[in-house]
Order: sequence, then structure tokens, then C-alpha cells
Amino acid sequence: MDKLIMYLQYPFVRYAIIVGVLIALCSSLLGVTLVLKRFSFIGDGLSHVAFGAMAIATVLKVSNDMLLVLPITILCAILLLRTGRNTRIKGDAVIAMISVGALAFGYLLMNLFPTSSNLTGDVCSTLFGSTSILTLKPSEVWLCAVLSVIVITIFILFYHRIFSVTFDENFALATGTRVDIYNLMIAVVIAVIIVLAMNLVGSLLISALVIFPALSAMRLFQSFKKVTICSAILSVFGALAGLIISILADTPVGSTIVACDVVIFGLCYLIGRVKK
Amino acid sequence: MALLTAKGLFLGYEGQSVAENISFTVEPGDYLCVIGENGSGKTTLIRTILGLVKPLSGQIALGEGLEKNQIGYLPQQDEIQRDFPASVEEIVLSGNLHHLGWHPFYRKEDRARAKEAMEKMGILHLAQHPYRALSGGQQQRVLLARALVAADRLLVLDEPVSGLDPVVTAEMYSLIRTLHEEGMTMIMITHDVTTALSEATHILHMGKTVFFGTKEAYLEQEKGEEQ
Ligand SMILES: Nc1ncnc2c1ncn2[C@@H]1O[C@H](COP(=O)(O)OP(=O)(O)O)[C@@H](O)[C@H]1O
Ligand SMILES: [Mg+2]
Repeated sequence: MDKLIMYLQYPFVRYAIIVGVLIALCSSLLGVTLVLKRFSFIGDGLSHVAFGAMAIATVLKVSNDMLLVLPITILCAILLLRTGRNTRIKGDAVIAMISVGALAFGYLLMNLFPTSSNLTGDVCSTLFGSTSILTLKPSEVWLCAVLSVIVITIFILFYHRIFSVTFDENFALATGTRVDIYNLMIAVVIAVIIVLAMNLVGSLLISALVIFPALSAMRLFQSFKKVTICSAILSVFGALAGLIISILADTPVGSTIVACDVVIFGLCYLIGRVKK
Repeated sequence: MALLTAKGLFLGYEGQSVAENISFTVEPGDYLCVIGENGSGKTTLIRTILGLVKPLSGQIALGEGLEKNQIGYLPQQDEIQRDFPASVEEIVLSGNLHHLGWHPFYRKEDRARAKEAMEKMGILHLAQHPYRALSGGQQQRVLLARALVAADRLLVLDEPVSGLDPVVTAEMYSLIRTLHEEGMTMIMITHDVTTALSEATHILHMGKTVFFGTKEAYLEQEKGEEQ
């Protein structure tokens, strides 16, 4: 406990906790949509793209990584959505190609133009998250915070539309909803969330951060609103617990958070079982 | 002028023809049953009317000031996600989406409309229940209530009773009949010809030979073919 209080005196620890909570909140919001719309494959593909973009940013020594990673990821989100729609079967192959290609190129770039002596460490921290959340610059903290607030606002303002498009796209379309625009919006928001979450858990663990809270909440509740609220709470709780444990036990931040989410899912699964 | 006029419609997907040369009209107050074998393009016709699929050629015109988004739609069952976490009320409310305009949230009148529809369908007591825990018949009522919220004058129902047992099927048909008697224009797909002949005012038969006309004309023609 003393150790925690001592750590909390450092501003960077407080930043990390604020940003971590915001990112966890954002990433949980679209979880249900992602799971039920079978968009999760896009999420997976995008996280690899984000890794490739990160590698480029590292090699180019861009001052603020996110300024490069964000546009590239958003662009790929739009591309993946397009291909996923038009060609049903080939869509999957395209996603696999883009995501694996991005991984390979990212790693290759980092090998060809090493920016530090500890290459494996660099790659590892990009993939699995590092202590990077603890080393965020104030400008990055602000960017994270602003993006999180934008994502949350968009989600609240378009909540009912997101529900309709997720539940029954054909009906929404039939009643004159611009489904394509909302799908695009969802894809862009997912891209933003992925870039944000990369700071917290690294690119390989992003899907876990997005999907676990939604799956957990779906075990407990049966209405969209309750599931959404519950998954937000569980996600924030998991992130907080993970951050604190990782500070105290000196474990890697990202995997500790995901481990917490997994434990929460296990508990929710059991509770859901017992309730039935 | 008719509520809906289709002239020389050719239906299909990406150049693949599914049904050819379909013409019919729907007047206010009509109850049109679309019949035909599986795969004859009934669902495709509905999706084309709703603007979800483009016709290969031909025209569809809405009349009497009917807007495309004022058509209430009950999709075929296999198009809905059965295990979606949503309450009955959330689903019925979503029929209001196009009434929202620039408002982010549903207003009082939207909620009242949803409540009225749930009352009519006899599912008001289920409002807070999870959709996925309902019986097949109850789920269809929920979707019908949602269509009712969206519709002002025209309902389009794609096999509303498929998968329901006979008792529930009869209930469903009687609900639909009541709505029709209250002034709602109906287009209903079914592959149950007997029901079509007892419920409808007009018949559209899809398949190798396309027929459109009143129920009486359809019976005449069938008789003619038998002899
Ligand atoms: N999205 C689609 N893309 C391509 N072909 C389709 C699609 N949906 C249906 N079809 C084909 O169109 C034909 C008509 O289908 P459908 O309109 O569903 O018939 P029905 O509702 O009368 O059973 C079928 O042969 C089906 O395989
Ligand atoms: Mg059909």
C-alpha cells in the first residue's frame, strides 16, 4: 500500500492511470458491436497494421508516433471495411494479407533501421505493450485524453443508431438509415480505439482489451444498454486493477491488464451459469 | 394513384437474374400475398421494393406521398441475430430511428409510439424482457411491433409465420388481419397458398409463370388450368 501511495505521487503514474482508464472505457464501448457484427476480424487485422505503422514511425523518428500511426490505421480500416463488404470470401484473405504483411514489414523495417541497440526489446514492447504508458509525454497524454473524449462523445450521440445498425442492418437500411456512413464511422472509431489501446497493452493484446469486457457483460445482462454500461465498468475496473498490480508487482502493464480481463470473464461466466 | 407500382421488374444480384418481368400495383387498403416456391425470388422482390437491392431493370414507383422510409419491414427470420443482447423495448424503439432526424435520443412521442405498438401486439408486459429468451412467436410479435412503429401506411412482411406452430401461426395471421382491417396496407410473403387465398385481396405468384391479380382472378385462372 505504501508503495502504491509513493508511486501515486509521481505525475507520470497518475497520467498513466487517467489515460489507462479513458482508453479502457473507449475500448469497451464498441466491443459488443465488434463481437456481434463479426467485425472482430477487422479489429485483429488493424492491430497488426498499427504495429507496421508504429515501426515506420520509429524508423522515421517521428516526434509523436500517434500522428503517423492514426491516419494509416484509419485508412486501412476504411479499406478493410470496403473489401470485407464487397467480396464475401475474398475479404478474409485480404485482411489476412494486409495484417500479416504489415507485421512482416514492420519487423523488417525495425531490423534494417535499428533505432536502438535493444531491437528485440523494442519489438516486444510494441507487440505486447511496454511500460510505455508510464513513459508517455504530456503531449501524448493530452492526445490520448482528447481522442478518448471524442470517441465517448460520438458513441453517446450515435448510441441508438449504432444499436440499430448492429442489431439489424437491413431494417435500418430499409427505414432510410445511412448504414454505410455509420459502418464507416464505426470502422474509423475502431481504428482510433486500436491506436489508443496500443499505448496501453501493445498491438497483439488489443483485441483482448476490446472483446473481453463485452463478452463478460453479455454473460450477465440481456439488454444492449446494460451490457454496454456493464462492459464499460468491467473494462475500467480491469484496467485499474491491472495497472495497480503491475506497479506493485512490477509485471508488464499490458499483459497484466489482459490477465485481469480474463479473470473477470471467468467470474462472469460462472455467475452467468449460476444465475441460469 | 397507387401506393406502389412495379413495372417490368427484372430482379437479381450482380447480373444474375432471379425473376423476370414482374408488374403489379398496390392500392391503399390492399392485402397482397406473394406466393411461390423457395428460391423464386420473393425475398429479393421485397428487398428490391425497400431499396436494399437494385433491380436489374424495370421501375418501382411509390405514390400517394409514401416515402421509402415509411414502409414497415419484417425481415425473414434467418436475417436476424437471435442471440443479440437486447430488450424488447430497445428493439421496438429502434423502429423510430428515421423519426429522430438530428436528435441523438428518442423523444416522448417516440416512446409513446413504441408503447402503443407493443400494446397492439400484446407484448407490453414483456417490454423489459430479453429478446433472445422469448419464444419464436413472441419474437415475431416484437419484430412486427418494430415494423409498426416504422410504418405509417404500408407493412411488408417476409414469411412472418415460418417456424411457428399452428396455434401461434393462427394468432399471428389474426393480428395481421386486424392491422389490415384498421387500414394498414399489407404485402406479405408466404408459401402457404391456402392462407394466402383466405387472407389476401390480391395475389402475386412468382415462378416460371408470373401471375398478378385479385384473389378471384387467381382462382379463376387456377380452375382454367385444371380443366
Ligand atoms: N445476396 C444474394 N446474392 C446472390 N444471390 C442471392 C442472394 N440472396 C438470394 N440469392 C439467390 O436468389 C434466388 C432467390 O432467392 P430469394 O429471393 O431469397 O427466394 P425466396 O425468398 O422466394 O425463397 C436464390 O436462388 C438465391 O440463391
Ligand atoms: Mg425468402
